[in-house]
Amino acid sequence: MTAEPVPLRPVRPRWRETLGLLVRNKVALGAALVLLAIIVVAVFDRAFAPQSANAQDIADRLQAPSWSHPFGTDNLGRDILSRVIIGASVSLKVGFLSVGLALVVGTLLGLLAGYYGGWVDDVLMRLMDMLFAFPAVLLAIAILAIRGPGTSNTIIAIAVVYVPIFARVTRASVLGVREEVYVRASRSVGASDFRLLTRHVLPNAAPPIIVQTSVSLAFAVLAEAALSFLGLGTQPPNPSWGLMLAEGREFIGLAWWLAFFPGMAIVVTVLCFNLLGDGLRDVLDPRQRTLMAGGGR
Amino acid sequence: MSGSMAGPVLEVDDLRVQLRTPRGTAHVVNGLSYTVGPGETVAVVGESGSGKSVSVLALLGLLPPRVATVTGRALLEGEDLLAMSPERLRQVRGPGAGMVFQDPMTSLNPVLTVGKQIVEGLRAHADVSKEAARRRAAELLAEVGLPDPEGALDRYPHELSGGMRQRVVIAIALSNSPSLLIADEATTALDVTVQAQIIDLVEKLQADHGTGVIWITHDLGVVAGIADRVLVMYGGRCVEDGTVDDVLERPAHPYTRGLLGSLPDLAAPVGPDGELPDLTTVPGLPPAPTDLPTGCVFWPRCPVRGDARCETEQPPLVVVPRGQKGHFGPELPHRAATWCGG
Amino acid sequence: MSNVLVSARGLEVHFPIGGGGLRRTPAGLLRAVDGVDLDIHRGETLGLVGESGCGKSTLGNALLKLVPSTGGTVTFDGTDITSLDRRGLKEMRRRAGMVFQDPFASLDPRRTVAQTIAEPLEVHGLHGGRRERAARVGELLELVGLDRSVAGRYPHEFSGGQRQRVGIARALAGEPDFLVCDEAIASLDVSVQAQVLNLLRRLQRRLGLTLLFISHDLSAVRHLSDRIAVMYLGRVVEIGPAAAVGSDPQMPYTQALLSAVPLPHPAMERERKRIVLRGDVPSPAAVPSGCRFRTRCPYAFEPCPTVDPALQPAGAAGQLAACHLHGVVGRPVDEETPQGIAPAAE
Repeated sequence: MTAEPVPLRPVRPRWRETLGLLVRNKVALGAALVLLAIIVVAVFDRAFAPQSANAQDIADRLQAPSWSHPFGTDNLGRDILSRVIIGASVSLKVGFLSVGLALVVGTLLGLLAGYYGGWVDDVLMRLMDMLFAFPAVLLAIAILAIRGPGTSNTIIAIAVVYVPIFARVTRASVLGVREEVYVRASRSVGASDFRLLTRHVLPNAAPPIIVQTSVSLAFAVLAEAALSFLGLGTQPPNPSWGLMLAEGREFIGLAWWLAFFPGMAIVVTVLCFNLLGDGLRDVLDPRQRTLMAGGGR
Repeated sequence: MSGSMAGPVLEVDDLRVQLRTPRGTAHVVNGLSYTVGPGETVAVVGESGSGKSVSVLALLGLLPPRVATVTGRALLEGEDLLAMSPERLRQVRGPGAGMVFQDPMTSLNPVLTVGKQIVEGLRAHADVSKEAARRRAAELLAEVGLPDPEGALDRYPHELSGGMRQRVVIAIALSNSPSLLIADEATTALDVTVQAQIIDLVEKLQADHGTGVIWITHDLGVVAGIADRVLVMYGGRCVEDGTVDDVLERPAHPYTRGLLGSLPDLAAPVGPDGELPDLTTVPGLPPAPTDLPTGCVFWPRCPVRGDARCETEQPPLVVVPRGQKGHFGPELPHRAATWCGG
Repeated sequence: MSNVLVSARGLEVHFPIGGGGLRRTPAGLLRAVDGVDLDIHRGETLGLVGESGCGKSTLGNALLKLVPSTGGTVTFDGTDITSLDRRGLKEMRRRAGMVFQDPFASLDPRRTVAQTIAEPLEVHGLHGGRRERAARVGELLELVGLDRSVAGRYPHEFSGGQRQRVGIARALAGEPDFLVCDEAIASLDVSVQAQVLNLLRRLQRRLGLTLLFISHDLSAVRHLSDRIAVMYLGRVVEIGPAAAVGSDPQMPYTQALLSAVPLPHPAMERERKRIVLRGDVPSPAAVPSGCRFRTRCPYAFEPCPTVDPALQPAGAAGQLAACHLHGVVGRPVDEETPQGIAPAAE
């Protein structure tokens, strides 16, 4: 029997549909665009910053915002706009790397615990519970106290705090997907555990993990700020939003802009990650999806 | 099985329901008219999307008013259900019309005992003491055939089997002796042996109380056992109605014929080759209510469609000519909405 | 080559129930399948009927080792599958397919119809290259009556009947000998059920499949099957030629089941005497001793509680029934191993 091949790949890829739905959600789209702008600025920080982060000009200390210094200057005469821009790269780097690390480790652990169950699940999840039992910031402080302050240790500390969260979210999602009939159907045609996990379980368990990533990025930026504020994260003179906030605190009555602009940068970034997370939650929910997709036809 | 000597319990006239959906306006029910006499069982038959369930939800005001537009007239013992205030409708729902759904858990509150739920219903519509209501509740459970009715009063719904739960729902629906009982796929989720018990129960209660019954189902076998009259719905319209014998034994509409032909029949004789013949099927799928065909709703799937009239002009329900009379009572009309003349 | 393709002997699937916590001591035992002997012949369609909770679906899954059995053996084409290694199991999976009940749940929403159908080909390395595979998928789509152009679409764009066709195509992709259909038409509309029934019958004949058709719908089973097996509380209680079981059942349970099936003939329905059974099916966690149907049987007599009936010839048409009315045959109940562990809830 001869037959013409048919396309195996989707006629209309799913990610394009997802993107289309996200574009229709104005709030999430706005948040995504703002974040994109922040990320571009952070990546090309040197190009965007008018001055170097640590260029001091004692004569120009504590200047209020003006045309030459749109965000004003700090107590050492450093340009705050430049420091916020360069601080963005530090804050976002810590955020993305720590969440990325937590995402990989946590998802893997959650996947194994959820899919295999039994003693694997017991051991892994009790371990996660132990980590989870510590207050997040206290745990991070403890880790930094042991390993010493600094950017890379901050990344590790925040990652350790988020691993159990990703593990739990993944496990819960996997537990649901594991019991789906299509997983059993794939097993019935002879698919291996590895294939089931990578082709069916993980892709279908992904939506809550994606949403968690977005929300966690917001918290990681905040955590970095908090740790730097406490003097455990980024070390001076390098700028980071949290550190700038801490430095600005002393001058809050005298020069509000020292704390205001880095504070605003934190607020805007965190808010955008959260709004994007909410938008993704809606878009990735299959029930919402049919409704919204239906509306467009 | 009395005829409609006293006036009908329910008289539905030109019922239309439109639902606003993200895909546009869905014309779910398009001009439905029928009557239910006292003690009579009218079966409304159709596949999913035919509008059979929505048509009764609309009668009892159970569709969300924000998305549903309901027009027409539905007289329950002379009073128009569609023109009632929400308060009046709530009063009518218990004593006037009881309802039994497919999943008994949708009508039972999982955190209240069975007894509490029946007592609540009784006391909402009549001024009775708690003790009297409880006694009456136990009587009702005994009437629907629950073993140990006194003990069942203190049980929670999840402690009962599916069949027992459906009996409780029927007890609640009948607790205020309604003149009309609406059963929406009430036995679909049950095993056949339990289904047989429930059908027997409803028939017995109906004979005792003279309740009119609307039995909504997709199962033509159940219809044959329980109905006096049958109304076949397709695309939100009644395409055929008549006595159960007329519709099931002498179907006039090609859709009804297709439906009957697609039913595997336990009583079918084996062919000459010792095998059962293939089922005749209705090709294709029912139309989406947002996108109904013009003309006869069935024409895109019709195996015998004829001239262009099928595609342009909607056939009215007309009386099907017939040789013999019905089995009982005055002759009831057998009607079908089709251009292909039986 | 033996005439029997799939065979179960004393097959048991028991699930521990209740008892949470760390120690995991079960509070009881759910006997979903409890000592089933069954032979499925090459090229036949065996219908398996029973009411919800009778274990018919678990049995179907156990025959394909999709749920682990806790006792007895299953042989597939002469090989004991309970002790298969990884490779043997994989090959068995190619030779035995399954069609599931809910066509909305059995297809991965994130994979196209073609990707779903191609999965068995990829898993077993069949039809080598991408092009050959794509051609085979097109062939399979046509085989189940779908248009080749739908290959690149996602399941949510299809109706229930079309999805079920996709599920059938997937099950057939590896050219299996044996196909289990687990309530494959239960969630479809009447007219669509008929389409799928006709398709299954056509495919069974054309491909020479051995078909196990599991359903609660006795009419559909009778329509499709050569032989019918009736299950009650984890046991096969009657088995025989479809016409015989469908018209002259020998086990009182089958008689009751058959009499309860509604027929679309009003005149027949008016005259028919239904055998209405008392009460509900007992819980599979508290199976009655001896004959498991005795608590609801209108004919229960003295040996029923004490002797567990075996399948024995009954009736003129050659079926087997597990019922003492045809002679007391079976294993006496051993007093020391009670059948029910927990008392019945009701």
